[in-house]
Amino acid sequence: MKQIILIFTVLITTVSFAQNKNAKATMEVDGVCGECKVRIEKAAIRTKGVKSAVWNLETHELKLIYDERKTDLKTIAQKIANAGHDTKYVTASDEAYAKVDACCKYRDEEVVKAHKTEKKN
Amino acid sequence: MSYALTAQEQLKGIVLESSSSEEMPLPGVNVYWLGSSVGAITADDGTFSLPYKFSFNKLVISYVGFKTDTLTVTENKFIRHVLQASDELDAVTVTSRKQTTSKSYLKATNTLTVSADELLKAACCNLSESFETNPSIDVNFADAVSGTRQIKMLGLNSPYILITTENIPAIRGASQAYGLSFIPGTWVESIQITKGAGSVVNGFESITGQINTELVKPTTDDKFYLNAYGATSERLELNTHFNTKVSDKWSTGLYVHANTHQENHDVNDDGFLNMPLFNQINVMNRWQYTNPEKGIVSFINLRYLYDEKQAGQVNFNPDNFDPRNPGSLGNIEAWGSEINTERIDVTTKLGYVNPEIPYQSLGFQTAFSHHRQDSYFGLNIYDIQHNSFYSNLVYNSIISDSRHKVKTGLSFTYDHYDELVNTETFERTENSIGAFFEYAYDNLDKLTMTAGARVDQHNRLGFFVTPRLHVRYTPWEKSALRASIGRGKRSANIFAENQNLFASSRQINIQDAGGKIYGLDPEIAWNYGLSYLQGFNLFGRKADVTFDFYRTDFQNQVVVDWENPFEINFYNLDGKSYANSFQFEFNFNAFEGFDLRTAYKYYDIKTDYNSGRLEKPLIPQHRLFANAAYETKENENGSQWKFDATYNWLDSQRFPSTELSIPEFQLDEFSPTVGILNLQVTKVFSSKFEVYLGGENVTNVRQPNPIISPDNPFGANFDSNFVYGPIFGSLYYAGLRYRIN
Repeated sequence: MKQIILIFTVLITTVSFAQNKNAKATMEVDGVCGECKVRIEKAAIRTKGVKSAVWNLETHELKLIYDERKTDLKTIAQKIANAGHDTKYVTASDEAYAKVDACCKYRDEEVVKAHKTEKKN
Repeated sequence: MSYALTAQEQLKGIVLESSSSEEMPLPGVNVYWLGSSVGAITADDGTFSLPYKFSFNKLVISYVGFKTDTLTVTENKFIRHVLQASDELDAVTVTSRKQTTSKSYLKATNTLTVSADELLKAACCNLSESFETNPSIDVNFADAVSGTRQIKMLGLNSPYILITTENIPAIRGASQAYGLSFIPGTWVESIQITKGAGSVVNGFESITGQINTELVKPTTDDKFYLNAYGATSERLELNTHFNTKVSDKWSTGLYVHANTHQENHDVNDDGFLNMPLFNQINVMNRWQYTNPEKGIVSFINLRYLYDEKQAGQVNFNPDNFDPRNPGSLGNIEAWGSEINTERIDVTTKLGYVNPEIPYQSLGFQTAFSHHRQDSYFGLNIYDIQHNSFYSNLVYNSIISDSRHKVKTGLSFTYDHYDELVNTETFERTENSIGAFFEYAYDNLDKLTMTAGARVDQHNRLGFFVTPRLHVRYTPWEKSALRASIGRGKRSANIFAENQNLFASSRQINIQDAGGKIYGLDPEIAWNYGLSYLQGFNLFGRKADVTFDFYRTDFQNQVVVDWENPFEINFYNLDGKSYANSFQFEFNFNAFEGFDLRTAYKYYDIKTDYNSGRLEKPLIPQHRLFANAAYETKENENGSQWKFDATYNWLDSQRFPSTELSIPEFQLDEFSPTVGILNLQVTKVFSSKFEVYLGGENVTNVRQPNPIISPDNPFGANFDSNFVYGPIFGSLYYAGLRYRIN
């Protein structure tokens, strides 16, 4: 397990390699709107050990600060996937994806397009 | 930010142009993920590199003079793309209209944010007039002598509101009476109005609510701004702003305000000026330091104010009158008043946000002010000098995760007052040291809560605890149910807060109870609030309703009793004093560009006076408010029309008892009702230039005899405080705004 953590740590980011209680990471999470933002951040922050989670709608980046002694990115990614959002590490199951609101169907081209035009007007 | 260290996968490629059958690298091309702000610009050799995003698959390649292409990218492979020349230019994007006043569905406190756009609806001129289009704050009619407007919240006077600028207590002590008119409207960036007890971070004094004003900042304000205003009353105002960047970290702004009114008006022929003659010069210099790498933001503000007012009888000449040596009454040619104020403010703010851990921050504020007012009202002399120092240290962090936020810190205040009331001097020093802790919980769903407490050791108020609690719960969609409870404590500056009463022949009495502030005890009150906000769609357009109920219960109050027409009595409350306020508000965006705001308010404010329990004088029980705003669609060059109408209706108001006066000077028990309509039109020519035209009180409603016994101002019955409506009648104004970004 420790090795997995280490691999993730190296691959994905962060400044320190030791067990950092304020470890930082950025994770790409798929989503399309403000509703998604709320759901993604909620899922992340409700993971034990996550201290701060801020998702950017424009870049799809989720900035995390978490306690490495209590959690790891894989666990956080799994929680986010359970809430219906894909990351590079975990793709949300169809059941989980089915539960997201109609406006958050980020896998649907039409929904993505609709949000885009909304932004312009 | 250290996130730059993130080792992300990069998508690489090259963009070319085809010219005369040869393909050439195209530098300066925009390459970005559609729907994101992630992008890059091609280098001299036409290559680009940007973070690969699995969640975006449309890559946009655009360059002026070329057709924009969108590629579908499903895997991280090198991209080679040739752009085709085009004759068309890209269209301009249009931004949506933002709301001028917004209510939060999420915050624990009942807070209303008023943007600069809303402030423009009341074109004139300072903070006291900024609330006229807002139903949560009542703006009183100018009193018959000084012309100053006071504000009320939940039916109680402004001393019970904590008024801060950038979270530093600003309008208090000596500046209580005229302080709002010392903040020019153009300096205001936004206002946050919080009903109910408020936060413990900024002190223990707030009782009915908090009004915080954010001032314009050197880095975000226009490089140059000019506002000129003129009214039919011959009141003139001028505002100029200059903002400049001094170095990559320092910016500075210079804000100059001047106003003047030198024309005699006496529309009701009572021999008294309807509005005072005045001059004001008000200069502020702000310095802003920003260092994002180190997470430091700092402000230094310097301000100087000089204000002079002259009021009284039309034929009064201040050169012929010395209030300290008036001579015999028969030789005084006229009743007059002068109020001269000089004020210096130095405030500093230092904020540090840990760049590594953005939820940890530290803020330190200091404020020093010197305030001096020399004034007389007929034969009453009132001078006050107030030196004040305030400092506050706030530390923000979280407990376990960002659902649990905490604020904690220390504050220190020092106030020295030196007053002269006729022949008597009052001098006192107040100082306090306090510590506070505030916990905010947000379950990221239906519940938010802010619970805070502070302990203070004050040389005159003693050692005491100030608890405050705000809770918000969302039972169903688009709703917010809020509750609050909190305690406030303050020392009443009886003369500064009630100096309008000097403009009368009343005898001033303080019923000394051995207390530490003018022989009186500190004021203590609890405030309880319930509020419900519901948003919904009406005919497919946005609408919302709000029900607010607040109660303020005084444990002690310094009662200002003017129920005897020959006296003003100040004494400690013996019995009950409370203020119940109910507000119903309905807002509706009836059609594109048209917003309607309506409100009904009910006040029940009663105090046990020495003469029994009475309704607070000059407060209408029922009030109606309506504001309609319409703006046309903005054209491409930014030009548009804006129309605004505000109507206020006030029920009859109780006059303080005049039973002891001779019948000639007796008033009815209640005043008539009043309804006032204000209109304004703004023509925006471009984002740089606009002009506005407006009318206040266009139906010309007037209180016919605002002054009692105006013919005999040195007689026993003279009084200028029975004002329930406008004195001047209708007034028209015009102005312009010019800005360079």
